Amino acid sequence: MANADVKPLEVVFWLATLLPFVLAPNYLSLASQIAITALFALSLDLILGYAGIVSLGHAAFFGFGAYTAGLIAKHCWAEPISALFISGVFSGILGYALSHVVVRFRHLALIMLTLGFGLLLHEAANSASALTGGADGLQGFRVPAVLGFKFDLYGATAYAYALVVLFLCFLVSRRVIHSPFGLALRGIRENATRMPAIGAPTRAHLRKAYTIAAAMAGIAGALLTHTTSTVSLETLSFGRSADVLVILILGGAGRLYGGIVGAILYMVARDQFSGINPQYWYFWIGLLLVAVVMFLPNGILGGLSAFRKKHQ
Amino acid sequence: MLASAAGVLFDGFAYGMLLFLLSVGLTVTLGMMNFVNLAHCSFAMAGGYATVTLANRFGWPFLATLPIAFVAAALLSMLLERTLYRRLYRASDLDQCLLTIGIVFVSVAVFAWFYTSEQQSAPVPEYLRGSVQLLGQSFAAYRIFLIAVSLAITVALVVLLERTRFGARVRAAVDNQRMARGLGIDVERTFMITFALGGGLAGLGGALAIQMVGLDPSFALAYLVYVLIVVAVGGLGSIGGSFAAAVVLGISDMAGKYYFPWLGAFLIYLVMVALLMWRPLGLFGKR
Repeated sequence: MANADVKPLEVVFWLATLLPFVLAPNYLSLASQIAITALFALSLDLILGYAGIVSLGHAAFFGFGAYTAGLIAKHCWAEPISALFISGVFSGILGYALSHVVVRFRHLALIMLTLGFGLLLHEAANSASALTGGADGLQGFRVPAVLGFKFDLYGATAYAYALVVLFLCFLVSRRVIHSPFGLALRGIRENATRMPAIGAPTRAHLRKAYTIAAAMAGIAGALLTHTTSTVSLETLSFGRSADVLVILILGGAGRLYGGIVGAILYMVARDQFSGINPQYWYFWIGLLLVAVVMFLPNGILGGLSAFRKKHQ
Repeated sequence: MLASAAGVLFDGFAYGMLLFLLSVGLTVTLGMMNFVNLAHCSFAMAGGYATVTLANRFGWPFLATLPIAFVAAALLSMLLERTLYRRLYRASDLDQCLLTIGIVFVSVAVFAWFYTSEQQSAPVPEYLRGSVQLLGQSFAAYRIFLIAVSLAITVALVVLLERTRFGARVRAAVDNQRMARGLGIDVERTFMITFALGGGLAGLGGALAIQMVGLDPSFALAYLVYVLIVVAVGGLGSIGGSFAAAVVLGISDMAGKYYFPWLGAFLIYLVMVALLMWRPLGLFGKR
């Protein structure tokens, strides 16, 4: 059983996230993208890694949060923190509504339903172009500053903002995972028929987890809106759902740091290889996926911890 | 309006037949063998490119390339089944999903590398190009051909699975692997042949699709959703169900494009989600 004590390695890791400010000031906007992607992956980890709900449409919540934040900035006010909060709440409400459907299904029907909800929202945003800007995306707004700090050209404010939000959400996830509720989720993942037998309200637990994950994904989407000042239709696409799945699996699902490690590796690699055609980028991603499923079933972190156990 | 309604119905039916050809293999592998094969449309794409290569580079007649498309896709799926898929028959849905999505990504990139990402075409013979006049309506000859081929394959497939010894073996192996092994059925061989058959039919569908919807490397992802809808809505493992679902999907998609173009694919997804919520096992699902 993973214990809840803070390990030294964790402290080192979070201190290391401050290094880009000093060591790579030219890459701060990439760093903020990584933090946002890591938060998105973390939210997927809560339902996929811990509760065992396979989702091919998690971008629905990410995009919903992104559009909510964009619409608030465009039509209401430019203050980001409150908008971030509202986006999270709205995505959570959407997640809660959908969770009533999602938790009742397993296997193919579950995969198809999550995929279907994602596609539905994508098509809806595409069709409602008066509200969302359709295929051109939502433009024409600017979020000037967060808590008095102006968003600068290098992305220092953006990275600090994204990192703080990621850290806070991480603390929440950590608390959730190590609570009895988190333990119950893992129980459901391991055996969905035995858990009700010991009196655990399986579906209520799953609904709760799904809602938290949706809210967190919405916050990640709102962060992207605030740091880039645009919302594209791509935030709702199947491609984004698939990407975050790849990131999480690569890092290691069912581990708190899996999504974060996966996001760092994936985004840095994509940035380094951005010169090549995206189609060929996906060749390597595909190959990597096959390799991970075949040889590294628990992702990079799973592989590392197995390696460490063997050599102790 | 009424006249065009018949046209929409016909076009939709032809489109539905195409979707059926593309998805019937998946009905068998996903529905009967329980393997979430998201790479199914990659096999279709392989068949399509086999036809394009033979027809354009080697000047083969279109009809002669079709069996090759079938064989090429069947061989490819057999190869993948031997090397990768069989190790994951007992794995979780998620692992199967991830492996096959990986294969989709690789196949998209490989075909883009060899054939560029432009639309490909394959010339069809003269007699399939025109249209046939019937009751004041004109019907595209190619679509009639497509419908005829699909109906023939459906009948052959049903006969194969329901009336032959091989079909009995497949059904036995699917229903109860252990018992089938006990009776001396070579389950692995049966699965391999079934997989090859499903992949081959997808390849044939991919080849026949070129003339109607075109072919480019994004085919594997673009049609994946449609194919999954057909299988999930029709009911896992039910060929009749897939047939019905494909026809309904084809006609409603075509009608949606004609009459409510602003809705896009919204209607299709809505119907799918509603149907799945109502009947998670599909319209004709048994298990």
